Amino acid sequence: MLNIKNLQVTVEGNQILKGIDLHVNAGEVHAIMGPNGSGKSTLARALAGHPQYEVTAGEATFDGKDLLDLDPDERAREGVFMAFQYPVEIAGVNNAYFLKAAVNAKRKHQGLPELDAMEFMQLIKEKSKLLDIDQSMLSRAVNEGFSGGEKKRNEIFQMALLEPRLAILDETDSGLDIDALKLVAAGVNAMRSPQRAIIVVTHYQRLLDYIVPDYVHVLTGGRIVKSGGKELALELEKKGYGWIESGAQPVGAS
Amino acid sequence: MAQVVEKLQPWLAAIERRPHGGPRWMQDLRDRGAARFAALGFPTVRDEEWRFTNVSPIANAEFVPATEAAPVTSHSLRGVAYSDAPNRIVVLNGRFASQLSRVNGLPNGVRVGSLAAAVTEHADVVPRYLGQLADFGTKAFTALNTALSVDGLYVHIPDGVVLDEPLHLVFVTTSAGLPQPIMSNVRTLVVVGDRCRVRIVESYVGPDGGAYFTNAVTEIFAGDGAVVDHYKVQQESLDAFHVASMHVHAARNANVSSHSFSLGGKIARNDIGALLDGEGAECTLNGLYLADGERLVDNHTTIDHAKPHCPSHEIYKGILGGKARAVFNGKIVVRQDAQKTDAKQTNRALLLSDSASINTKPQLEIFADDVKCTHGAAIGQLDEDAIFYLRARGLTYFEARDMMIHAFAGEILDRVKVEPLRVALEGELYAQLAKDLAEIDAA
Repeated sequence: MLNIKNLQVTVEGNQILKGIDLHVNAGEVHAIMGPNGSGKSTLARALAGHPQYEVTAGEATFDGKDLLDLDPDERAREGVFMAFQYPVEIAGVNNAYFLKAAVNAKRKHQGLPELDAMEFMQLIKEKSKLLDIDQSMLSRAVNEGFSGGEKKRNEIFQMALLEPRLAILDETDSGLDIDALKLVAAGVNAMRSPQRAIIVVTHYQRLLDYIVPDYVHVLTGGRIVKSGGKELALELEKKGYGWIESGAQPVGAS
Repeated sequence: MAQVVEKLQPWLAAIERRPHGGPRWMQDLRDRGAARFAALGFPTVRDEEWRFTNVSPIANAEFVPATEAAPVTSHSLRGVAYSDAPNRIVVLNGRFASQLSRVNGLPNGVRVGSLAAAVTEHADVVPRYLGQLADFGTKAFTALNTALSVDGLYVHIPDGVVLDEPLHLVFVTTSAGLPQPIMSNVRTLVVVGDRCRVRIVESYVGPDGGAYFTNAVTEIFAGDGAVVDHYKVQQESLDAFHVASMHVHAARNANVSSHSFSLGGKIARNDIGALLDGEGAECTLNGLYLADGERLVDNHTTIDHAKPHCPSHEIYKGILGGKARAVFNGKIVVRQDAQKTDAKQTNRALLLSDSASINTKPQLEIFADDVKCTHGAAIGQLDEDAIFYLRARGLTYFEARDMMIHAFAGEILDRVKVEPLRVALEGELYAQLAKDLAEIDAA
């Protein structure tokens, strides 16, 4: 589904990613772990098409299509979703209004009829239970005045509404207490399906107790230096990132 | 200097031919206004209050006072937002137009209509208020209005009256069919008694387009505990000049809110002065302005906290495209007696093009020590992070941008409590924005 070869990314003139290779199939959950500043979030944002992240070399295809050639909104409509590490507060834009616009943008792209207000409210009702999204979160402005936990829940809620084929969760666990973490993880697990791939970017192993990955990759210094199964995360938890030798060779994931 | 005097000559000639008649105090008021205008002349950019707004296009244009009311036509009210208000009182080229006006079941004692008529018919009230707030001693445009105003509107609400429906005051100006572009020195006096509740909408429009000059002065007196919700909708012709001042006197526990929407005009200058002159008086000033092309919109506001425990809230927002320029000057005065003042001012502008600009200045003059005053200004382009966030959810750049701009304006529009007015304003504003954005996208 997602095929990344030698991806190199520069942010404001600094090269952050120095050649990433990653292959993700439908139905798989991949975890990308690494110390702060290793380039994990850069990978997530570059895949989502953030304008400040400039791809200088390499390629990324999504179902055979050149992902890097698409605008961020085209990627989203094609089925790529990134849950933001820092969801943006947008004053004055009603959350429910925004969600409806997003859902309908995608439906239009798929050639489906747009949902009217009634149908949309039905969808909201159905999807909101699992993530404990209450009415006030829908009637407020997008992320404005949301607690850290509410922001992250709102991200996963969007994912549930948009039903992406590839979801990239950028440090979705950061700043969450254990209850919120369980809620978010339950939301993500409910989305696991043979048709969908999920990439979980995280610093800590904790989230992976709840969202159990099929593959774990360690990213340091802008490169994937080690790949393995879910047990690799436990090993990292025990030994920290220091034990991974800087010269370690990347290992193909699949 | 000689040139300046020469430019002033047609204006002085108009002043010489100023309206006469009526009670003696009225004639005296006009005479004093005339003398002050002759002494002051037009302000220049050396004047601190007019530093960024050059009014020479007005001074050089030789507008003449309309000598009679324009004929009423089927499109006299064309383009007026909320023209279907049940209480609609219209002034056409400076004169009350009864044919276009209607009121619907107003409570006993409420008086709404021609100010010129009220000067004689309401002689026990009008002289006590007219000209008491609007300073013509130092303000040239107010002096000009005081000297030349032939008519305007008068609203008097006796103590304790609650009006269910708003009063829509409409000021129409047109130079169509006249040999020379005209000026309209309209005057409005609103006297709201104790414990009244009233919503007033003032609209300024030019249904025929073209050049003209509106020079408006409004005085509003809010009695003890009165609640006055005021809306001003400036939709002048894009070739017209609009200079207006509104003066508010708020008595004890009065609550006055002003919502100013400035959409039209080649040069539009709005002055608002609110005097919180009784304990517990509260004032809200909201504003939204839009300008494109080479237009200029200038908002000067002053909130004068004269007594203790008076809160004030102010939010002004602007959206500028093309080479438009804006000025915002927000003055907050807290006098020595005005302890426990709580004043908050916010001013934000969105620049849609690199050539648009704004000069903004908060001006705090605080003479009391136990007060809370905050102010903030933010000028900029659309938040790129927010645009990316919306795009990452599948909205196109254009959809994301429009959503952000509508949200920016919505913060002010949503505060309009007269629903049909809000809907009309929203339509008008978004249509204008869509045109501006289409031009930007085409460029």
